[in-house]
Amino acid sequence: MGIRILKGGLLTTIQDAGRRGFQRYGMAVSGSVDVHSYIYANILVGNEPTEAVLEVTLMGPSIEFTSPSVIAITGGDLTPRINGEPVRMYKALRVSKGDVLSFGHIKSGCRADIAFAGGLDIEETMGSRSTYIKAGLGGHHGRNLQDGDEVAFRKEGACPKNIEIREMDPPIDWTGNYTVRVVLGPEEDRFTDAGIGTFLSSEYKVTNSFDRMGVRLEGDVIEHVNDANVISNGIPFGAIQVPDSGQPIIMLSDRQTVGGYTKIATIINVDMPMIAQCKAGDKVHFKSINIYEAQELFVKQKNYYRALRDSFDNYVGKLGSIPESPLIHNNAVEQTRETVSQAARSVQKTSVSAQTAADNKTVQKGTFTANVNGKEFTITFN
Amino acid sequence: MAYPLIKVTGDTSLAVIFGDEISNEMNEKVRSFDEAITQAKIPGVYETVPTYCQITIHYAPEVIRYNGLRERLEQLLQETHHAASEAADVIEIPVLYGGEYGPDLDFVAKHNNLSRQEVIRIHCEPEYLIYMLGFTPGFPYLGGMDERIATPRLTSPREKIPAGSVGIAGKQTGVYPMDTPGGWQLIGRTPLTLYDPRNEKPILLDAGMHVKFVPVTQKEYDDILDQVEDGVYVPKIYKSKAKENA
Repeated sequence: MGIRILKGGLLTTIQDAGRRGFQRYGMAVSGSVDVHSYIYANILVGNEPTEAVLEVTLMGPSIEFTSPSVIAITGGDLTPRINGEPVRMYKALRVSKGDVLSFGHIKSGCRADIAFAGGLDIEETMGSRSTYIKAGLGGHHGRNLQDGDEVAFRKEGACPKNIEIREMDPPIDWTGNYTVRVVLGPEEDRFTDAGIGTFLSSEYKVTNSFDRMGVRLEGDVIEHVNDANVISNGIPFGAIQVPDSGQPIIMLSDRQTVGGYTKIATIINVDMPMIAQCKAGDKVHFKSINIYEAQELFVKQKNYYRALRDSFDNYVGKLGSIPESPLIHNNAVEQTRETVSQAARSVQKTSVSAQTAADNKTVQKGTFTANVNGKEFTITFN
Repeated sequence: MAYPLIKVTGDTSLAVIFGDEISNEMNEKVRSFDEAITQAKIPGVYETVPTYCQITIHYAPEVIRYNGLRERLEQLLQETHHAASEAADVIEIPVLYGGEYGPDLDFVAKHNNLSRQEVIRIHCEPEYLIYMLGFTPGFPYLGGMDERIATPRLTSPREKIPAGSVGIAGKQTGVYPMDTPGGWQLIGRTPLTLYDPRNEKPILLDAGMHVKFVPVTQKEYDDILDQVEDGVYVPKIYKSKAKENA
């Protein structure tokens, strides 16, 4: 027993981390587009981070539970409800047999991930449960879920430890106006300096063309030295192709494995959720960082997952301190951190061990609350 | 530019670039280094994607960082000699040309002022190198088609080209692993399955192999198809003779 799809929604597919090792055969990687929300959802319900989830898009499905379960919904806020009552996202939720999960309007973002404790009973093809619709592969018969489909749980009745504390703040507000960090290359030398300048200083708007394969942007034309053609080569997740039109295209999970357009940069993994949550009209700015910074952030994010898991699994009456997420750092907290260091006097120190070193503009260990633009933040630095 | 070149392609991948041209020689460098990386079993490296003249290497920064991997690869590049490797594998692809399965054979013949038999003979002549796979799962980018049978794409693409179709588009030839829309001129069809996700080896072809098309009759086609469907067909693979003479 598991779930029955009452309404399939716009595009509801089974996804996991995708297929590794088959790009050389022309097989797309697929997998959840919002690579972080997918992992958070699994962690919240006590799954291995690689367990398959449902990825829902814009107009969510309506799902009846045919047996009890524990679920978590992360990613874009598509206003989830259980039996018509709004429920919290980023929180482990108990559901009973007969309960119906549905979605309302789109409050923010584009996609949500639903994890089920114990996972979904889907056979792996080529090492993954991810649906790749174009090749009719993986997931539920290689297609999106439709009215009447049933999917069983892999481990029925699975329930994580410490269910009552399994919740977290959404790591980011899906504002629709994002600055994402990139590492330039590999074909940055095929653009003029002016072209690179345009790319890094302009605002790009998401067009109507955004799907699991990629997101097309429009804005100031990025100037090439000559043309946009390269001899076809590999396309990583988050690569930004710029064809002759000078308008960037960001490549996502269902991207083709090889392509012949110049790639100006690649978005860093930590910031990809913002692109995953983009929909038409959203705005994107690009900021260049070097590979070393990018990989520091990547490793930090990995450690963050581990710390989050540990804090849920090893809870003994008091939440351990959770390290900051590199993604948070990019938005609200970056702002908060600055406020903290620049105006240490206005910051309320709540931890005895905390040291504020306003002079050298760094903040050491401790828990702080800060008020930024009327919004109260609590941050732990460790 | 001094090749080989190592370039950042994001925070979890890099590219080793051997040049900027499509040639057998270039592709051989790519293949032999790809093989060397696989053999080296570098911790943290989990996928390589060889293409015409470069290899994209995917890795886990929590295991190995860019600088560490770069050093390791530079060392490996020095140790790897792109000696003409042993003769390449040639795989025979049986094709039933013309008729229902190759509706555009007549057009290709007419376009090039050839007879149908001549088109088939010219198409079957070479051992086509598979430069890489891409576009769809298992689709081979083949090099070396004779320009005497080059034919432009259809002006209006077909909504569905059936799996196994063998076609010509401009100066390229190819075979479709799965049903795909497309504008290629279809000259025949193979009974072989190039892509089946349920197989232990889901993709029949591999980059670096050569493809030799072999004309078959309807009866032979049907027999092979039966064997393929029963899972007992063993594709004919042999070492290239062309290589020894090269």
